[in-house]
Amino acid sequence: MLSGILVFNQKGENLIFRSFRSDCRPRLADIFRIQVISNPQVRSPILTLGSTTFSHVKHENIYLVAVTKSNANAALVFEFLYRLVMLGRSYFGKFDEEAVKNNFVLIYELLDEILDYGYPQNTETDTLKMYITTEGVRSAIANSATDSSRITMQATGALSWRRSDVKYRKNEAFVDVIEDVNLLMSATGTVLRADVNGQIVMRAYLSGTPECKFGLNDRLLLDGDSAGGGSGGGGGSSFGGGSSGMVSGNRDGTTKATRAAAGSVTLEDCQFHQCVKLGRFDADRIISFVPPDGEFELMRYRATENVNLPFKVHPIVREVGTTKVEYSVAIKANYSSKLFATNVVIRIPTPLNTAKTTERTSQGRAKYEPEHNNIVWKIARFSGGSEYVLTAEATLTSMTHQKAWSRPPLSLSFSLLMFTSSGLLVRYLKVFEKSNYSSVKWVRYMTRAGSYEIRF
Amino acid sequence: MFLSVVPYSPQYGLPFSQSKQGKVAELRQELNSGGKKDKNHSAKKIALKKIVANMTMSNNDMVALFPDVIGCMNLPSLEIKKMCFLFLVNYSRAKPDIALKALPILVDDMEDSNPLVRALALRTISYVHVREFVEATVAPVKRLMQDMDPYVRKTAAFCVAKLYEHDKKMVESSDLIDRLNSMLKDENPTVVSSVLASLVDIWGRSESISLTIDYASASKLVSILPDCSEWGQSYILEALMSYVPQDSAEALLLAERIAPRLSHSNSAVVLTSIRVILYLMNYIADERHVTSLAKKLSPPLVTLLSKPPEVQYLALRNAILILQKRPEVLRNDIRVFFCNYNDPIYVKVTKLELIFMLTTKENISVVLAELREYATEIDVHFVRKAVRAIGKLAIKIESAARQCIDTLLDLVNAKIPYIVQEATVVIRNIFRKYPNQYENIISNVIQNIDELDEPEAKAAIIWIIGQYADRIENSDGLLQDYLATFHDETIEVQLALLTATVKFFIQRPTKGQQLVPQVLKWCTEETDDPDLRDRGYMYWRLLSTDPAAAKQVVMGEKPPISAESEKLDPKTLEELCLNVGTLATVYLKPVQQVFRNARTRRLQYSPALQKPQEEASSAAGWQIPAAAQVAASSPTAATAANPTGFPMTGAAAGDMNAAVSAADNYFNSVGSQQMAALDLGGRGDGGAGGGGASQTQYVVNQNQQQVYQPQLAGGAATGELLLL
Repeated sequence: MLSGILVFNQKGENLIFRSFRSDCRPRLADIFRIQVISNPQVRSPILTLGSTTFSHVKHENIYLVAVTKSNANAALVFEFLYRLVMLGRSYFGKFDEEAVKNNFVLIYELLDEILDYGYPQNTETDTLKMYITTEGVRSAIANSATDSSRITMQATGALSWRRSDVKYRKNEAFVDVIEDVNLLMSATGTVLRADVNGQIVMRAYLSGTPECKFGLNDRLLLDGDSAGGGSGGGGGSSFGGGSSGMVSGNRDGTTKATRAAAGSVTLEDCQFHQCVKLGRFDADRIISFVPPDGEFELMRYRATENVNLPFKVHPIVREVGTTKVEYSVAIKANYSSKLFATNVVIRIPTPLNTAKTTERTSQGRAKYEPEHNNIVWKIARFSGGSEYVLTAEATLTSMTHQKAWSRPPLSLSFSLLMFTSSGLLVRYLKVFEKSNYSSVKWVRYMTRAGSYEIRF
Repeated sequence: MFLSVVPYSPQYGLPFSQSKQGKVAELRQELNSGGKKDKNHSAKKIALKKIVANMTMSNNDMVALFPDVIGCMNLPSLEIKKMCFLFLVNYSRAKPDIALKALPILVDDMEDSNPLVRALALRTISYVHVREFVEATVAPVKRLMQDMDPYVRKTAAFCVAKLYEHDKKMVESSDLIDRLNSMLKDENPTVVSSVLASLVDIWGRSESISLTIDYASASKLVSILPDCSEWGQSYILEALMSYVPQDSAEALLLAERIAPRLSHSNSAVVLTSIRVILYLMNYIADERHVTSLAKKLSPPLVTLLSKPPEVQYLALRNAILILQKRPEVLRNDIRVFFCNYNDPIYVKVTKLELIFMLTTKENISVVLAELREYATEIDVHFVRKAVRAIGKLAIKIESAARQCIDTLLDLVNAKIPYIVQEATVVIRNIFRKYPNQYENIISNVIQNIDELDEPEAKAAIIWIIGQYADRIENSDGLLQDYLATFHDETIEVQLALLTATVKFFIQRPTKGQQLVPQVLKWCTEETDDPDLRDRGYMYWRLLSTDPAAAKQVVMGEKPPISAESEKLDPKTLEELCLNVGTLATVYLKPVQQVFRNARTRRLQYSPALQKPQEEASSAAGWQIPAAAQVAASSPTAATAANPTGFPMTGAAAGDMNAAVSAADNYFNSVGSQQMAALDLGGRGDGGAGGGGASQTQYVVNQNQQQVYQPQLAGGAATGELLLL
């Protein structure tokens, strides 16, 4: 497993060097600096030299490097590095060079705790924060033997992600369904690829040890499951009114109606947070779990069938001789007029030798960004059903070495609330806890552009 | 936060900008200040924090403070203790004599009433690579392996592996490993997974230790999977690779129970589960069950493509592997491998390989449109690979050759030099594959001759000129243009020129008779290169002895080339499938070739083992448990499984018979093809199997790895295996 963890800044200064095995020598830091940081040729995150492998990820302005000496489990190495980034962010807000330099001790302490002999140990933020803190005050708790036992039980127990003594006056759970819709459209308007990467993020503010059951309009589940499964339960479960008016009502009574209207969704594949009982999901597609306290990613899923594309883009790009490019880009919102997308940004590539551009839009503003070779067209609010057009012209300087323009794809970003490209709906969330308290649940849907590219 | 006093504020400057003694003296003073008034030791804490901050950044200066730091070790504050221990782990090797003073404190702490302190002391003492420390750990660790607290027990489990690294003999002669084994009965899943990780680690370091798991234990391990942390699950899955199913039904049951793990959000759990399931499939008799399991592997692999790029890369490399083992996996998924414009280059290049592998007659049109798109991108390396892939598809799918050629010509018309060069190389291969079918495009290729400045492209066009000297009107002029700079060309081009001149002479003797003697003279008398000289003499003698035979030899029919050489040889494939998710799968090479000290995994023989069709006859090659300890394969295995290659592992173990017979085999198989390789302007990798010389890019079989490795490797320069 891991022989050592190293952290570098962009200049190649070694900020953190922690070895877990005697084969991780200090000079390895120089080797990484020379072979990777100061070598522009390196294009892979994994470099093996002799029997030493450096696996690195870049985050903000630091390199996090894992050193391994054998044929290590590479997936585990990268998962760990990303977990380290996540921990850093949860401890310091931003995990960058400054945060590292201000928190040497804490980082070393964390590394000592989350890796033993290079094997990742418990990396749950919640548990770690019980005894490793920025203030140094809380570690006083760990000075008494009984409190320590609580920590150790937590760190090695079956529910390592949750403390048992969580208490809230008001029990609430927020569910965010966030979909990244990916599109790749060819120059002739054929959809080469359209799929959805969904993510369900939950913020659970629930007391005690709550058992949750979560239901989606998953076709495999609904097919096997006859008359309405979503009977609420768990003490007054209901999705009601919204934090920002964006919440869909999905009361018990309306479940059936919603289902009939929305149909069901075929999920290509799902991946769950470790709190989800995978055995149950595999057997009867029921998502049941004891959530960690606070925010976590409950699941990820992928859908490839019947993807609703929120925007249709129709670009016409004409190269006039070698001195001019003419654009006409039409974009149409393909969703209900009750909804509106925000922060719609369309990036329209221009040739590298563009001298100046002129652009006209029927909505929003367009601006030429020479540093990115783009015309950026921004529409702050885009109502369903509407259609807007941009016409533009790019004047090119003549170049001595005329090389064909590579025509990178046009790309879109946006976010659209109350809409799921896959058609996914949350049918119910039931909470069972031994004190039988009632809880309020909220659900919110959002679709964003993942990689939404249109070639022209 | 008072931590901001750590010396990074401007007035301190960088730690090493100050004089060494000054810095150390200052910190020492600070550490010893405070005295009795400093009740919470806050002055000491601050000083220690500065020392820790300086540990990495200012080389080894801080080692001078060792005695002072040890002086603080016994203060009643866990925070201070942790910092002192960290210091100790860092510097004990440099100053073992000073470190010894800390030993009694650590030994004491291992009896502390606080479990966190016991575990911390145990973890720390076992990191110290000093004989006295190692010896002093043995007795306490035995006690702590039975500690009441699971946190201490799991720390003790890892401690055994650490001790094994420090002193193999000592651990082997003690009962530590037996005790570790008995800890598998622990009721805490975290402890069990830690014990397994520790055992597998020890196993990996010693050929003399074998790890066997019976069905009952394997079954129990699978049942505790849900109660383990994500890391613990990976350790357990990893250990399950040591379970050898004796019965097909057992293997199936276990695989089905592991399958739910494929939905885990941690890619290590997913890939390790795939590894175990693929492994168990070898022992499942019913082909229907195998197919249904294989179907389950596809979606999780694709889902990993929504993870960060490094994990995507890993998933893609493993997809290449799994696709060769189980072509039914991923069959319908070609579009998910289409590149996004912003994918990192290492992801793009690997996707390209997968696209190539998954292309069929049915989807070729979509693929060609996609590849054409890639050929206009900015990254030169990627563009070249895309062009090359188009050419290779022409060879792989005969019915689509015309379509591929049209796409290539289309690209060539854009006259971007590197595209033209790459296209020239692949068109040469197409000519080679389909003689007398597409020669009408020769003129299109020849007209770009001035764009070519890379050796490989030049060699390709020269080959075309030589081969078709009688069809190309001004072939003599073209050839002479190149011959004018003969002495400045690389050896690759010189070899091509020599062969082309001879071909030219054979086809157009009148025009060639002035050229040939000149070129032969250059190649034999004015060169230092032995290959060139040898080939020069060979042609010379051939032409002077029997011109008719020369024609037969030089212009003879060439053995066909195929595009299927991207396949790994079965033995490597089998080994890599037992290592899914590990670093070796990134390189797609035999494990020991990348990691010389790694212990190899082989499929172990059992009555349930299903023999793959392609080697059904070589059952003798499977290792029988008795011989299983040593990595060397028996001679039959090396030759039977690998008829044209050198044995991969046998020779290293001194198995000369295998090496010799494999070598004989190899040269026998080469014989007739040697000429063909030369004809291609062969690149000195002579006879990598008929025509292999023209197909370097995606070839990952063992004869080609040197070519494949450095710049061309998937994901660029990932792996020069330099010695450190």
